[in-house]
Amino acid sequence: MSVDVLLTISGVGKTYAQQVLDGIDLTLRHGEVLALTGENGAGKSTLSKIIAGLESASAGSMEFRGQPYQPASRAAAERLGVRMVMQELNLLPTLSVAENLFLHHLPGRFGWIDRQRLREQAREAMVRMGLDAIDPDTLVADLGIGHQQMVEIARNLIGDCHLLILDEPTAMLTEREVELLFAQVELLRQRGVAIVYISHRLEELKRVAQRIAVLRDGRLVCVDPIQRYSSEELVRLMVGRELGEHLDAQERRIGEPLLRVSGLGRSDKVIDVSFEVCAGEIFGLCGLVGAGRTELLRLIYGADTADQGTVELGQPLRVCRIDSPMAAVRQGLALISEDRKGEGLLLSESISANLVLGNLEAVSRAGVLDRAAEQALAERRIDALRIRSAGPGQSVGELSGGNQQKVVIGRWLERDCTVLLFDEPTRGIDVGAKLDIYALLAELASQGKALLVVSSDLRELMLICDRIGVISAGRLVDTFERGGWSQGELLDAAFSGYQKREALLSDAAFGSLQ
Amino acid sequence: MKISSPGTALGSKRSAGQLSLGTYLGLSAALLGMVVLFSLLSSHFLSYATFSTLANQIPDLMVLAVGMTFVLIIGGIDLSVGSVLALAGSVVSVAMLGWGWSVLPAALLGMGCAALVGSLTGSITVAWRIPSFIVSLGVLEIARGAAYQLTDSRTAYIGDALAWLSEPFAMGVSPSFLIALAVVVLAQLVLGRTVFGRYLIGIGTNEEAVRLAGVDPRPYRILVFSLMGLLAGLAALFQISRLEAADPNAGSGLELQVIAAVVIGGTSLMGGRGSVVSTFFGVLIISVLAAGLAQIGASEPTKRIITGAVIVIAVILDTYRSRRTGRRN
Repeated sequence: MSVDVLLTISGVGKTYAQQVLDGIDLTLRHGEVLALTGENGAGKSTLSKIIAGLESASAGSMEFRGQPYQPASRAAAERLGVRMVMQELNLLPTLSVAENLFLHHLPGRFGWIDRQRLREQAREAMVRMGLDAIDPDTLVADLGIGHQQMVEIARNLIGDCHLLILDEPTAMLTEREVELLFAQVELLRQRGVAIVYISHRLEELKRVAQRIAVLRDGRLVCVDPIQRYSSEELVRLMVGRELGEHLDAQERRIGEPLLRVSGLGRSDKVIDVSFEVCAGEIFGLCGLVGAGRTELLRLIYGADTADQGTVELGQPLRVCRIDSPMAAVRQGLALISEDRKGEGLLLSESISANLVLGNLEAVSRAGVLDRAAEQALAERRIDALRIRSAGPGQSVGELSGGNQQKVVIGRWLERDCTVLLFDEPTRGIDVGAKLDIYALLAELASQGKALLVVSSDLRELMLICDRIGVISAGRLVDTFERGGWSQGELLDAAFSGYQKREALLSDAAFGSLQ
Repeated sequence: MKISSPGTALGSKRSAGQLSLGTYLGLSAALLGMVVLFSLLSSHFLSYATFSTLANQIPDLMVLAVGMTFVLIIGGIDLSVGSVLALAGSVVSVAMLGWGWSVLPAALLGMGCAALVGSLTGSITVAWRIPSFIVSLGVLEIARGAAYQLTDSRTAYIGDALAWLSEPFAMGVSPSFLIALAVVVLAQLVLGRTVFGRYLIGIGTNEEAVRLAGVDPRPYRILVFSLMGLLAGLAALFQISRLEAADPNAGSGLELQVIAAVVIGGTSLMGGRGSVVSTFFGVLIISVLAAGLAQIGASEPTKRIITGAVIVIAVILDTYRSRRTGRRN
């Protein structure tokens, strides 16, 4: 073992309902950036949470600076200088930036906060992150999401920090902010801090990291210097197989438009969006997190109400007033929400109860449930969708993500819907189940339904869609036909709205020359 | 996440929102334990007299607790039940004594008013999206005030027109006890076997999921509070029948007893999980405890301290159980 080893992980595993991490061996050295990557659900977050003390390992051991390391809590890990910046922001929006930065050790005396010192310390910490344009007294709620992310990172750099874990730190950052972050990462590395950098974005990893560790299905498939691999090789390592160009061999017949959205808008989240989706067509929507994709779907579905614009449905198309999900369902719309657990499922309830939710008329007479009919319907769906379960009575909370998603989709298949809105249909589910879902989407389309699919995974959209629209900062900025797109073009379009908006915002917020 | 093999995915099989057999066994054991304990402590406890007293006092609490079970299952709470009970009684007394109505229409009017007040609580909760805790707290005061207003703050003697309801006819069992039992059975069937019951559990588990599935949860919410009101009206009739009078002070503080009984039964205050049968046990436990403590001559302060402790212990036990079997992921 060399002297510069900071953290040694030996045989670490984690089992919840299923095993999500298995026999991880990994060492981290002072002054290196280790890229940690893998598909959704590969175990990246679980591994980093174990290191940061948020989860405890069910197997294996760790050693930190030569001492056995088994943090009981996040606070215990932080005392030793192990920090983690989570994807979700942990800021208190009603407090100022300075207060958020020093929440755990506010300077003062006898409980009185020394505002002057707090402000100075905060300014110092912010200058280091290139946030010098922001007044430390600004409320966090008044900052844009990108700046909030930077504040979150700055907060974790305060005090002793030997090991820093960054979980998808650039998901919500603009290019300029990404540059600042990279500069900061490099500075930290030179100071001898070890950094675990979690991201899907391979180009980013290549710029920032020296070594790469790839996780697949809870196992480490490689730990090597990053220059050794091309992006294509890394993708293959993550996925474990080659991804084809086009998934369904059979040609679909694209028919008449079934959904037309015209000038749809709600505050500054969704601005003047217009498009059509035809029978038999899969129309993809991509964009950055927070670009307004989910908001757009919720507007179409009536889960939120639009300030302006119209939605046309039916054959022939006519304007429909959809002011609630109830009205949407009556018009033949279906929404498969991105937040499966929060908005889609009754987690503690059985598979059958979830499958018939909203469609109880089909399995009841005069308001009394026919349990045999419910059971039969559920069994039919479980077979057809290949839902892996112990039977219709098992609660969906015990299923894997992919099988949960199949339950949510299955709910709509018994009903008469013509336009289906999918929000991140494969988020957090394993590769096998992903392929099942792709096949299901293709089958629905070939039945003549119109599908609108939102996804953060560009490769996924490029695989399954006939057309892809790009949402940036609330606007539909571009639409590409199959064959006429590339990952680069799609990404450029996704960022395009922000460069303009960021420029506008920084002018307005920080008093430029105007 | 890895693909779960069918072997590891063996889950519990049970119908929607219902509690497991283990819960019922635990509740029965607790009840039995209490009966044995009090029998040992007092030679008079295991007697016809105790049973008869219990059977006659339980019905009010029982029907209220059934209504409260529904309210808790949708994730709500209704603090106004005691006041609504008093209001319903006052309405009955005014109709009979003031307007000279006969007992049946007066009783129906009383229950109708109580149901209306319940609907009001539910509608306000839904229309302005205010927690039912706050709305029912306000309604608690309004209904109590109205009850005083109607009766000039005096107990109104109604006579024995309704007395037959609480008159034991066989083995110490009265019609009101049978009605309460019928309400329990019916409510359990509604919860487990009907579309209405299924949506209540759905709303309590994840209201947004129900809404996005295309079902408007609002009418169900309102209906649950109306039912609660209706049952408070029924409880008022039981009380009038026993006391042969309508007391505007009746049922004050009763809401806490009702909620305690439901929670002891294992219905979750967070919504989504509960059963009427276990509420039945909860009511028995709380009533047996009260009767037993009275029998062994416990003072009023001691009774309250012990009852409070039992509630807290029951909830602690329930937390352990739901953590063990409950929501993973």
